[in-house]
Amino acid sequence: MKLRLGPQPLEWIDRNVSVTFDFEGKRVTGFEGDVVTSALWAEGWKVLGRSFKYHRRRGLMSFANHDINALFQTAEMPNVRGDVTPAKNGLSLTAVNTFGSLENDKGALVEWIAKFLPVGFYYRAFYSPKFLFPKWERLIREMAGLGKINTNWSEERQPKRYRHCDVAIIGAGASGMAAAIQAAKQGVDVCLIDENPFIGGSLDYQFANQRSQSLNRQYLKETVASLPNIQVITSAYVAGYYGDHWLAVNTDQGLIKLSAQSVVVATGVFEQPAVFRNNDLPGVMNASAAQRLMARYAVAPCNAGVVLTANHEGYRAALDMHENGLIVKAILDTGKTEGVWVDEAKKAGIVVYEQVTPIEALGSREVEGFIFGLNGMEHRLDCDGILMSVGWAPAGAPLYQAGAKFGYEPEVQQLIPVSLPDGVFACGRVNGVYVMEDRIKDGEQAGLAAALHVKGDAIPEWKDFRDGVAHSHPYPIWQHPKGKEFVDFDEDIQVKDLKGAIAQGFDNIELMKRFSTIGMGPSQGKHSNMNGIRMLAKLTGKTIDETGSTTARPMFHPTPVSHLAGMRFRPERVTPMQLFHEEAKACFMEAGNWLRPEYYPTEATREDSIKAEVSAVRNAVGLVDVSTLGKLEIFGRDAAELMDRLYTMRMSNMAIGASRYALMVDDAGVLIDDGVAVRFSDEHFYVTTTTSTSDSAYRMIQKKVIEWNLMVTVLNRTGQIGAMNVAGPNSRKVLSKLTAFGLSNDNFPYLASRQAKLAGVDVTMIRVGFVGELGYEIHVDASNALMVWDAIMNAGKEFGIKPFGVEAQRLLRLEKGHIIVGQDTDGLTNPFEANMSWAVHFKKPYFLGKPSLMKLKQMQTRTLVGFELLSDAEKDQPLESNLLIEGKEMVGRVTSIGQSDTLKKVIGLAMVSTEYSAEGQELNIKLSDGRLVKAKVVKTPFYDPEGWLQKSNEGSGEAA
Amino acid sequence: MKFVTCPSLGKRALSEFTYGGRYEQEPAQETVSEKEWADYVFYHNGAPKVQIEWWYHRPTGIWFLFERDTLTDRINKVDFARKGMTHEA
Repeated sequence: MKLRLGPQPLEWIDRNVSVTFDFEGKRVTGFEGDVVTSALWAEGWKVLGRSFKYHRRRGLMSFANHDINALFQTAEMPNVRGDVTPAKNGLSLTAVNTFGSLENDKGALVEWIAKFLPVGFYYRAFYSPKFLFPKWERLIREMAGLGKINTNWSEERQPKRYRHCDVAIIGAGASGMAAAIQAAKQGVDVCLIDENPFIGGSLDYQFANQRSQSLNRQYLKETVASLPNIQVITSAYVAGYYGDHWLAVNTDQGLIKLSAQSVVVATGVFEQPAVFRNNDLPGVMNASAAQRLMARYAVAPCNAGVVLTANHEGYRAALDMHENGLIVKAILDTGKTEGVWVDEAKKAGIVVYEQVTPIEALGSREVEGFIFGLNGMEHRLDCDGILMSVGWAPAGAPLYQAGAKFGYEPEVQQLIPVSLPDGVFACGRVNGVYVMEDRIKDGEQAGLAAALHVKGDAIPEWKDFRDGVAHSHPYPIWQHPKGKEFVDFDEDIQVKDLKGAIAQGFDNIELMKRFSTIGMGPSQGKHSNMNGIRMLAKLTGKTIDETGSTTARPMFHPTPVSHLAGMRFRPERVTPMQLFHEEAKACFMEAGNWLRPEYYPTEATREDSIKAEVSAVRNAVGLVDVSTLGKLEIFGRDAAELMDRLYTMRMSNMAIGASRYALMVDDAGVLIDDGVAVRFSDEHFYVTTTTSTSDSAYRMIQKKVIEWNLMVTVLNRTGQIGAMNVAGPNSRKVLSKLTAFGLSNDNFPYLASRQAKLAGVDVTMIRVGFVGELGYEIHVDASNALMVWDAIMNAGKEFGIKPFGVEAQRLLRLEKGHIIVGQDTDGLTNPFEANMSWAVHFKKPYFLGKPSLMKLKQMQTRTLVGFELLSDAEKDQPLESNLLIEGKEMVGRVTSIGQSDTLKKVIGLAMVSTEYSAEGQELNIKLSDGRLVKAKVVKTPFYDPEGWLQKSNEGSGEAA
Repeated sequence: MKFVTCPSLGKRALSEFTYGGRYEQEPAQETVSEKEWADYVFYHNGAPKVQIEWWYHRPTGIWFLFERDTLTDRINKVDFARKGMTHEA
């Protein structure tokens, strides 16, 4: 193991247990506790991936859960993050985004033509001609990308869990632990969350070899462990902050929805890379990455490195290398840093150059040297690693999401929170506090404040613990005439790309981001946005505050869809007739949250079964379960008034025992619901709604009752009442066997409703039907519904009765030209377009949407028409939503279509521009494959246009 | 997810509620001009403000009126929607 160090004081690895896995077909051996990247690095694998655009070799850079150039592919998973994924026996990994192999990536040819691919190239090059775009798109998708998704995936769901606490603390570094202790001491419940497997934060890598911190470390960790009201959640990141202090905490076992009373954000900072030529060569990394590598995994970043620094943290990293026996060729300070670690480094004999200008990293596969400027001269140092310590950016995502405002503090050269929402507190480095003792104090005051907030007590005045020293270089960007100074490592964005974007006028942070794609890769700008903002500010002559920063939205890290989806807890409703449907082996479909029989497989194929059902209804008798209809009962002094106001037709003049089509529009005059209304008595109505709108219609009607101040009660009876429709020429004969009630046209005419005994129980019968045959809709208490259904099926045997499902019903109603709201209408369709001006009674003083309908009546531009297909070849059958084309214009779309055996043709409904709606008009329907087929506008209903069959007296024993 | 303090049930999750639009007086249909009606139906001013909103509590089937600041998403007041009530929209 080339780069494995001797035992480290706080290492996470277990040297007694080794693990072995495959990488690019080669064997890799590491220790239990290693992550993929550390095991690879220890064995000298420094090239871990290829970059997104130019396919340049890349190694580890931040080593902090956002190393997106060290992503790996397994058989099942794309984009496995090497910096956090445990090395496990049997893993088999390859690099992502390579053509051939990691070592011989043919995609690297892109770099040779890179100068012809300036930023925004894609936007402009592919804008025209448009017909080439699909080709380009395919090419780009092939070339630029990350891992490959396993398309043979199987559904995977992780349950969501709920947790509650008083104070949630994000980040268990020094300030987070201190906050937890202080809050817990106030007696409140605390959740302390950290994305790492162990708490400790930078205390355990930046200060791992700093003996003076061992007491602080011991105190903080032991106290956190000893306080029973601190719950520690590790290996979990806060994916997002949501209103009222809800945190989405992602763990390997799924999402925790954590509800807190107050939140302490102690998330620390992201180290930012220096921008100089070839800063992406494997071996160039952030100093904190090197420290994590050494302290957690006992792996050397390199054997002989240089440290480029602008702060005293860089000196600490150099000391860590030095104390591990590694060679520090030199510390290259861009300024003249002072501090304890500076003195220690000098005392240790490490060469320090001050006022250095970085120029470029050298190396073909990996870093081999570094060129820098000093006193106007260029110098070269040979090295196999470069550590960058030039600054930090706040890990402020939860603060931004909670509504905190950030401002630039020149004293620390960092964005810090300047205003915090109620109950949200920030401490530690995210708050600009760097000295360890101060971070602990800052954490203590935040923990105390958070606990007092929970108790509703006054919060003491906030103390500023910032040390007044800049820990970030104000402009760590050194452009090189030959380029390749990377600002964004996810998207391969160089200095010239951002300059180009700004020069072309994309000089606003939001525009620059979208045009150049900086910060839009998988790490979401965690190591690029700050440098991007600094560049934009400098080039536009603005301050950082004037330039602004972009809000980091959830998710903080890429979060598996299986975690977001959670378990499927959608209830399925079944009708009272479910037992029959199951015994008949019906094929079910989902309708809203209901299960409905799509068809009953009585024949060999689905098509034949549906045909048999249709034929039974047209020639004998059929029975359909319509229990899923919404059913509302409306009674009270103002019931008739309410009905008049809700529906477009006049309802108040309806006779008792009559039924009427009930059409509802919204304020904009858009058709939203239809059903049948029945009047039981002067002050008592019963009305059905479509299956999918039953809840929303009930809700809306309740609201209107309040708004209109009516004396009326509305009951939602949907689940309490079962409903079925007996339809077909024999339907009267069937029902006659089950009731003494007179069913003749005289006693029970078309459109009437009657309450009677059927099969021995009370039912409401309505003589209506969607399918256009003599028919009766029967509404009965849910507890009796199955019994009535069975009785009808038995009584109907001798008349050839068949149950029919949704598919047959759809075709039957299409033959009658009846619309389905939501299928033949869209979010803009009004009753006039649907040929239902007969259902709009403008003489009423008031109804929902009336002013809109009065206007719409004068400006109709579309009409729903019936059509028949002129070509009957089966392969030419259009689909619903296929477009109607006239010349080059789109003039409409197919809303319903079906092969009618009854009529021996393909018929359908289409919404067309009114100028193409005249009977006999030829229409061109564009099939999904682009071919055009001809159709002709015909009159509806297609079947029984006069409606004689519905009004028939057939089977009443009287003359027709 | 937010919480709502219900006057009779106490703290409830907002996910139990369905939004029902801003509380607003419908212009009188007999006298309304086309422009006023279009303003009422389509032209909503989205500028942040404190407004009264309809919210429906699904488990109990009760309509509420919330007074909410659309800038801060703070719910200042929760009331039952009652027949005959008058509110300044």
